[in-house]
Amino acid sequence: MKIVVLVKQVPDSGSERSLRADDGTVDRASASNVINEMDEYAIEEALKIAEAQGGEVTLLTMGPDAATESIRKALSMGPDGAVHVTDDALHGSCALGTSKVLAAALRTLEFDLVLCGAESTDGRTQTMPHMLAERLGVPALTGARKLTVEGSTLTVERQTDEGYEVVQATGPAIVSVWDTINEPRYPSFKGIMAAKKKPIATKSLADLGVEAGEVGLAGATSKVLSSAKRPARSGGQKVEDSGNGGADLVAYLSAEKFV
Amino acid sequence: MVDFKLSDEHEALRQTVREFAAKEIAPVIGDYYERHAFPYEIIAKMGEMGLFGLPFPEEYGGMGGDYFALCLALEEIARVDSSVSITLEAAISLGAMPIYRFGTEEQKKQYLPDLLSGRKLAAFGLTEPGTGSDAGGTMTRAELSEDGTEWIINGSKAFITNSGTDISTLVTVTAVTGIKENGKKEISSIIVPHGTPGFTVAPGYSKVGWCASDTHELTFDNVRVPVGNLVGEQGRGYAQFLRILDEGRIAISALAVGLAQGCVDESVKYAKERHAFGQPIANYQAVQFKIADMELRAHTSRLAYYDAAARMLAGEDFKRQAAIAKLYSSEAATTSARECAQIHGGYGFMNEFPAGRFYRDAKILEIGEGTSEVQRMLIARDLLS
Repeated sequence: MKIVVLVKQVPDSGSERSLRADDGTVDRASASNVINEMDEYAIEEALKIAEAQGGEVTLLTMGPDAATESIRKALSMGPDGAVHVTDDALHGSCALGTSKVLAAALRTLEFDLVLCGAESTDGRTQTMPHMLAERLGVPALTGARKLTVEGSTLTVERQTDEGYEVVQATGPAIVSVWDTINEPRYPSFKGIMAAKKKPIATKSLADLGVEAGEVGLAGATSKVLSSAKRPARSGGQKVEDSGNGGADLVAYLSAEKFV
Repeated sequence: MVDFKLSDEHEALRQTVREFAAKEIAPVIGDYYERHAFPYEIIAKMGEMGLFGLPFPEEYGGMGGDYFALCLALEEIARVDSSVSITLEAAISLGAMPIYRFGTEEQKKQYLPDLLSGRKLAAFGLTEPGTGSDAGGTMTRAELSEDGTEWIINGSKAFITNSGTDISTLVTVTAVTGIKENGKKEISSIIVPHGTPGFTVAPGYSKVGWCASDTHELTFDNVRVPVGNLVGEQGRGYAQFLRILDEGRIAISALAVGLAQGCVDESVKYAKERHAFGQPIANYQAVQFKIADMELRAHTSRLAYYDAAARMLAGEDFKRQAAIAKLYSSEAATTSARECAQIHGGYGFMNEFPAGRFYRDAKILEIGEGTSEVQRMLIARDLLS
């Protein structure tokens, strides 16, 4: 089985993140960049399937040159190789533009299954699997908390607010996963050393036959007009106990609907 | 040109282990420590990521890394917790390493795959109730049976790490197997599998620190094992464990550096959060100087063990540098742990804070695998001989 996993390098959600003042895009230069957390679960799921049924796992990343670092790290978990789409004209691509590029790259690869994280911690649109499915004419099973692969039949438990739905499709298909699906492995030293020798194919927009003007800031269908930092937290409410502190606490908690 | 910059692979390993320690060890280890319980769940996860096979070749199930890779892992784990770090250190450098270095091909094939995957643990029985640093004072005896097919072992061993867990599988014991021509004891190393009749593991010690690690006294009462359980040549036991201890000192130094760096981490965090007299205590020079000195000790100790490890890997003599690294970093760790507890005030005396654990865990570093006095003796002997 040939599996492609979409991997995105994002600014670490655990540290201070910001948008660039000049064009409103994510500021990557001043951030510590990591693999999008949810993508690690997609990689783990791909590796588990390949280990159980045989197969090949390829990573696909669109991002600046510096994303190579995250690709190597992802490769150290065990995938066989990676495709890195990088081009100066990609800077500032919106979700639609990104899906155009990723779809073009996927057309150059053979796949039975495309796995991705249910969302990225920077864009958070959750739309990529749907857009790619539309462009490639394949089904999308999104938000999986469980995936079963039997031949070309893919069965997914789709996580919802109320519980889950069981949905099924015939591959090739795109499946996005939540962090409830598995526990990603830590790379071993053998994996780290092997990752150094694994192939990373670099592709430009020209290689994929995508016009520069259709993507990037120039081709973006949405634009950040202005942005503001989240206001600092207010001091909260202090309850002084002068005999009825308990009652005041309960009053506050029930007013805020905590109890 | 001198260069202490890590290779990309070593740096990636260090970061991976740091992440593992922060996510998988730090949140739960306090509870194991409090209960004096062995953290099987953590050990299993470390096995899955290949940490127990770090410095061994792939043919035996190892990761194909080097001893320096092991040291980096020990340092990053000890930055969060020493019990887990010493469990890994002892499992590799005392448990699997003697078999890998001196064992027969058959012994390696039989034991190493389980040990290098972390599924099983091996221990090394050198220290005895009446003899520690003076390893030549070994009292445990091993005699050949009349038909020459078995060793019959009698004696006891003390403070043996990883010897009594549910996954402990063997202990390599040093025993007197005769008297040499010069009148000194002939010492050999022999593998004793757990479950061999007459081999008893005493209940765990009540320890001041390293409370989530496994330590026992072992007794051998007419324990019979096949002659084939001899590790390496008969009479080479003394030379073997000297080599094992020399290497082990670099590993213990890495562990001590981890603890010293953990003291910096915790102190920096606490000093910024804790307010006294209207401002964070980090604003006071008394605290700043303590933290600066702690970082100084961690940094210089690290350079010392990097140097010793580099010499060892280059095949050079590293005895003196390993002794220097072990001595300096263990004293750095105890000093920094004391200062870290001081910065934490009352909380530094509470087991629930890492600072309290660091304080309890540091002292043994000046004692185990060669006391500070023995290190000074080795350094002086090397200079004066």
